Amino acid sequence: MKGEPRELKLTVNGKPYELKVKPNTLLVDILRKNLKLTGTKIGCLDSACGACTVNIDGKAVRSCSVLALQVNNREVITIEGVADGDKLHPIQEAMVEHGAIECGFCTPGMVMSARALLDENPSPTREEVREAIQGNLCADEGYVKYIEAIEMAAERMRGGK
Amino acid sequence: MIADFEYFAPKTVEKALSLVSQYKEEAKIIAGGQSMLIIMKQGLLTPEYLIDIKGIAALDYIKYDEGKGLRIGALTIHRAIEKSPVIQKHFGVLSETERNLATTQTRNWGTIGGNLCHGDPAGDPAPVLIALKAKLKLASLGRERTIEVEEFSKDYLEVALEPDEMLIEIQVPIPPPHTGAAYEKLMVMKGDMGIVGAAVSITLSPGNGVCKDARIALSNCASIPLRAKEAEQVLVGKTINDSLLTKAGQIASTEVDPPADVHGSAEYRREMVKVFVKRVTRIALERAKAA
Repeated sequence: MKGEPRELKLTVNGKPYELKVKPNTLLVDILRKNLKLTGTKIGCLDSACGACTVNIDGKAVRSCSVLALQVNNREVITIEGVADGDKLHPIQEAMVEHGAIECGFCTPGMVMSARALLDENPSPTREEVREAIQGNLCADEGYVKYIEAIEMAAERMRGGK
Repeated sequence: MIADFEYFAPKTVEKALSLVSQYKEEAKIIAGGQSMLIIMKQGLLTPEYLIDIKGIAALDYIKYDEGKGLRIGALTIHRAIEKSPVIQKHFGVLSETERNLATTQTRNWGTIGGNLCHGDPAGDPAPVLIALKAKLKLASLGRERTIEVEEFSKDYLEVALEPDEMLIEIQVPIPPPHTGAAYEKLMVMKGDMGIVGAAVSITLSPGNGVCKDARIALSNCASIPLRAKEAEQVLVGKTINDSLLTKAGQIASTEVDPPADVHGSAEYRREMVKVFVKRVTRIALERAKAA
């Protein structure tokens, strides 16, 4: 039947969930409303700003542009799942130290794009870093600090100091 | 915000085809949905039934054969095409196109088949595939057919799929020797939709360097990805030089019927067609010489 809720099984930040969702629900809505993971931000809701970026099966994807049911049996990581307990992820650490934050609204999306990049490519060129966050708009134009912080994090994650 | 629909997520092509044959016009197929969800949110598309084929793993592949050429499953994501070593080696223009097609996030979820079936004349893969003489394999229950990519687009957001059909595969033939291809588009920001774009493939005669074949296809210059056939004829049979490149651009600008929107007037787009046809043909020519 039209609009009838359907079962959705997925893993978010390592925890398995079984939900019932209406088919027209977006991934970002179940993250924020059902799971109360409000670190994922809604900016434009129109595939333009990248604030809602999460990692699906390790890849950076916009959670406003995916139906929740499309992630059935997939693994989602949100900003809440990036740190290891109280220990920040090197990307977060580098952003804090380097002041790559501005107002903070775009930051979760930036972290998620950077995380997917560094998992796939531990030694990105500056061009590759820029490309990874090309879909993350920062209204404060704080791009340079973000790029530098991601490069710092990459270096630390490779084992350098 | 998105109107209600009944949802199906078939895991095989057969199951998907039986659903589309059952619901026909009332159903829409969604793949990555990177274009489709936008127009669903706007209320421009309100299907009764949504058939989600993103999970059909059998349509996610890239196969290369020296005889048959390149075959790409309809559900291959843009990012996989961009990163494919075999595509980078043999069809570099496709990899380059994918790299600027949209943001990384969109390319990580959106599929080449979804992009083609969306039928947006501003889409990047269609003109490139037209320049490369690619074909599409379409299927309905118990039936298959192939169609030139050039014949696939019918009008704004309309393609030659029957209501009970779906796109299965993109087939790109091996280009003849001494062929070079390129695609570039005018963007406000890298990864944006093109304001205008040009895809060009040039084949040279061995020895004398005369242009044996030229294919020019333009994006966002008409209601469909448009072949500039008269501009091609400016080049075929000639030794291409700078003044011929300029002339090809001028002729192409008379063949287009561009839209006017916030990104550019029709007049501006015509001017940009001149620039891009010349620029991209020059790149294709250099690549053909080096091939």
